[in-house]
This record gives sequence, C-alpha cells and structure tokens, in this order.
Amino acid sequence: MKPLGMILPEIGRAKRYSVLPGFGLTLGFTLLCSSLIVLIPLSAIFVMSSHLSWSAFWDAISAPRVLASYRLSFGASFLAAAINALLGFLVAWVLVRYRFPGKRLFDALVDLPFALPTAVAGIALSSIYAGNGWIGRHLEPLGLKVAFTPLGVLVALIFIGLPFVVRTVQPVLEDFEHELEEAAASLGAGRGQTFVRVILPAVLPALMTGFALAFARAVGEYGSVIFIAGNMPMVSEITPLLIVTKLEQFDYAGATAIAVVMLVSSFVLLLAINVLQAWSRSRRER
Amino acid sequence: MTRLFLLLAGFVVAFSAAAQTTMLNVSYDPTRELYQDFNAAFAKRYKEKTGVDLAVRQSHGGSGKQARSVIAGLEADVVTLALAYDIDAIAERGLIAPDWQKRLPHNASPYTSTIVFLVRKGNPKEIKDWLDLVRPGIGVITPNPKTSGAARWSHLAAWGYVLKQPGGNEAKAKEFVAKLYKNVLVMDSGARGSTTTFVERGVGDVLLAWENEAHLAVQELGPDKFEIVMPSWSILAEPPVAVVDKVVDKRGTRKVAQAYLEYLYSPEGQEIAAKHYYRPIRAESDAKLKAKISGRFSQIRLFTVDGLFGGWQKAQKAHFADGGVFDQIYQPGR
Repeated sequence: MKPLGMILPEIGRAKRYSVLPGFGLTLGFTLLCSSLIVLIPLSAIFVMSSHLSWSAFWDAISAPRVLASYRLSFGASFLAAAINALLGFLVAWVLVRYRFPGKRLFDALVDLPFALPTAVAGIALSSIYAGNGWIGRHLEPLGLKVAFTPLGVLVALIFIGLPFVVRTVQPVLEDFEHELEEAAASLGAGRGQTFVRVILPAVLPALMTGFALAFARAVGEYGSVIFIAGNMPMVSEITPLLIVTKLEQFDYAGATAIAVVMLVSSFVLLLAINVLQAWSRSRRER
Repeated sequence: MTRLFLLLAGFVVAFSAAAQTTMLNVSYDPTRELYQDFNAAFAKRYKEKTGVDLAVRQSHGGSGKQARSVIAGLEADVVTLALAYDIDAIAERGLIAPDWQKRLPHNASPYTSTIVFLVRKGNPKEIKDWLDLVRPGIGVITPNPKTSGAARWSHLAAWGYVLKQPGGNEAKAKEFVAKLYKNVLVMDSGARGSTTTFVERGVGDVLLAWENEAHLAVQELGPDKFEIVMPSWSILAEPPVAVVDKVVDKRGTRKVAQAYLEYLYSPEGQEIAAKHYYRPIRAESDAKLKAKISGRFSQIRLFTVDGLFGGWQKAQKAHFADGGVFDQIYQPGR
C-alpha cells in the first residue's frame, strides 16, 4: 500500500488531464449501464442453468448431438471469419485505394448485411443456392451442394460477417500515410516487402478486431443460418438451433446449460484475441 | 370511495358491452386457411343470434411453440393444436381443466387428418408405400419431430406401418425408422417450412405431409407439378381443441368460446373443415354430409395413437423425449 499522501496527487493529476468531468459519475454510469444491459441478463443464464445438478448439466452439454453442433458452430464461424478477414481486407483496400464509377453505391452495399433482417438473408441465400436456384443450378452438376449442407452454413456466416471486417479496416487504411510506402520503396523495399513489413503491421490490429467481431457475430447467428443449413442432427445443426429446440420442448434448464457453454467459450476466445492484440501492439512499440 | 369505484366499474362494463367482443384462437401451422373461413362463418352466425359483433383473431405456428406461448401468457380463449400432448402440457400448468378431452365429443377432435406422401408429378421415383422411402437414393423431407407436430405423426405412422406388417415388431420398426431418417435431406422446425423446402426449393423426392397440406400444395401450385400418394397404412391424426379455462374466466368469454368450439361440430363447421381437406368427424353419422364430400378423401387404412402406442403421453416419452427413439437413432451408443 502506498501512503495516502502519494495517491492523492496521482488522482489529482488524473483529474487535471481528464477531458470529461467527474470520473466518479461517469464510471458509475458505465457500471450501471453495463450491469443492466449486459451483466444481469447474462448472470440470469447462469442462475437458470444452476437448477441442474452437475451431472445433468454435463449430460446436457456433452451429448454427441450437442458436441457435433459445437464443432459446426465454432468451426464454421472461425473459417467464415478467416475468409472474411481476407475478403474484407480486399474490399476495404479497393474502396480506399481506387476510384471507380459506382464506388459510393458499392460502399453503401457493404453495410446491407447489418441492416437486412437475418431471416430475409437466409431465405434469399437458400433460394439462390438451392438445387433449382440461380447459382445452385450451376454448382450441382459439379457435385457441389451448398444449400442444406454445412457449406451453406459457411456461406451464410460469410455474408453476415463481411461488413465487420470492412468497416474496421477501412478507416485505418484511409489514415495510412502514403509517404511511408514511398519511403519504403526509396529505401529499396520490393512491393511484397512493403506490404508485409510496412502496411500489414499497421492494419493488423484493426484486421484482428474485425475478425473477432465477425467471429463473435457468426457464433451467435441464428436467423439466416437455419434457412440454409438443412438442420440435420449430427451434420448441419448449429448450436443456437439446439438451444431453440430445447426451449420448444420446455427444457429451459438444458437450453441455458448449452447457452452457458457458448457464452464462456465465446468470451474466452474473444479475450484471447484481445490479449494477443495487446501483446502484438506492445511488442511493436518496444 | 366505494361509490367512485362502482361508478368506474359501471363505466367499464358499459364500455365493454358496447364494444365488440374479441377472442383469440391459438392454432398450429396448416390451419391458417381453415380458420379464416370458419371464423367468418361463426362471426356471422353469432351476430345473427346475439346481435354482438365478434372479431376472432388467430395465431399460427409450430404446435409445440404455440403451446409454449400460451403457457408463457399469450391470452388464448381457445387452443386448436396438432396433438393432445401439447394441450396436455398447457393443462399441466393449470390453465385448462385436466378433463378437457372429455368435454367435447370424440376426444375433443372435431376433425381428423392423416399423413400422406407428396411426390413430384408422374412420381418419377415410383414411391408407392412406406417401404419405398428407405430405398437408397430417395430423398425424404420431413420436419424435426422434436419441434413439429406433423413430424411426430409421420414418425409414428412409419413405425406403426412396420408393426402392422406380418411379423412386425418394435426392433424391426426401429431399424426401419432409422433407415428412413438416413434418407432425410432437410429437417425444418415446422410443417410449413418443410413444404417450402420441398415445393419451392425443389429438394427431395417425397414430402411426408399433413393430408390437408398436401392437397393445398397441389391446389395452389397446380396438379401438373405434384401428386399425392396414399400409403397402404397411415396414422389417424386427431388434432384436438379446448377452451382455455383460466383465460375465458378472466376475460368473461367462456360462453362465446364454448359456442365457437361447438360450432366446429355443426353441419356448417364440418363442411368448412371438409372443404379444407380435414376429415369431418360427423361424416359417418350424417348422411347428407357424407354425400356432399364423397370422393374428396381417399380410402386409407388408419391406426390410432391410443390403439398402437398407448396414448400420446407414452408415445412422446418413448419416441421424442430426451434419450427416446429419435435421439437413439441419431446418437448411437447412448
């Protein structure tokens, strides 16, 4: 413990540098809001699942059908987020670096998956990718079935996750100074070297944030996926669907047990990504 | 204070008497069109008899989901669901008297239905009976029995078909149903979802459907696209109806709710049911009705849940509860 005399000046200094007045008030407000909107509803999930005995809880979350759904939900979400990181980076790059007719329109289109009701997206995707749809008709002869398979889940998750990556990477690319690239070139760096050692490190934190957001959204996505997934037990059932199914059978405790697993694992993954990001930032600054 | 209260109460009574009466019918997925017709007919009849305007609102969805909404507080005056088990679930929570199935004729089912096959025009895969569904390469569409009433009836129909064969037993039935699920391509959560998958998306060779839903698909989309196949055996589905006691007592609508359900058994109600391809319960006793609807329904041999499975409570527990037949089929070794 530091003596009080040493702490007081520190607080005084913090006060002097703060832009918003009233640290106590703002912190209180922040805590109140986050408890009301986030913490209390989430803790209700834990309370409800605690009605189950430990072994019943374990049975509920480790049934083979549930395990298969974790594999699909987390696997497809991770893959979709990775593909989105790549595609989203490209889209952001094109939007920032080039000028072309209809650019503004294209820019606005990127946000569409944010605004569209997810069920509409699901119905549209499944009708396009079904065996008699515009795209599905041409893929089926190639032996590629998209709608009503796990591949369909991936397509839906890529669709809803894309804007997260674009919108986080775009501002960083816009702020990126051209001079840095020119300096790198004048110092003898090739194009590839400039990209890997100058541009990528600057964009990477934003890219990681976009990846994390897209991933988190994909794990929880329900509306668009159920229309295109096929929902076959052990094959194409996502975890949120199992939760809804359990609710419809009046099995509230079982549903919340699975919800707890999703919650904890999503939180751990997001935390890991944040830690990784902080670590990479501090390493670069050193 | 009391006088003020009385005055207020008087106002409320006067106001509600002047306003039209409303009631809510919470039903399952494919009855949408049936009740649109029926509500209009009943409201007209009610106005003639009592002079009161009646507005019947209707709500549709998967049968289990609808029951859950009523339990959670949706103020339904009457429920008209796909199977007795779902109304039992509401009764268990004290909203409906336990003897509800005795309060109306024929186990409180004014109409019956069954499960039939809907196939593509010309029946290119030659699907004639249940055995054809387990042939390799046949794509079957049926909803998830955990959430859909129609899927539960279909599951039990397939099971019962095997029991009805010479030498049929439970082990053979389970093997057959497991094979059948291997051929299922898409599992939606409700009957309408499955119809869409089969009809609009063009997935699968055969849809296990409510008889009325199959007729509706043929009617709406043209007999040049689909046809109905009657299997040798199917199940007698008895979608029951009940007054929700707690709600009608609170809202003071018991009389109109009761009259509404009784009207389903009247000649007019029965005819409307038949028009929408629900098999009217009075068809056997009412010669006039029988003549009117002759040729509308194909003859088919039917078994009942009570006769073959010992009632819905038992069937639900053995087949669809956690660890039941459906789970065993998809999770071997548990």
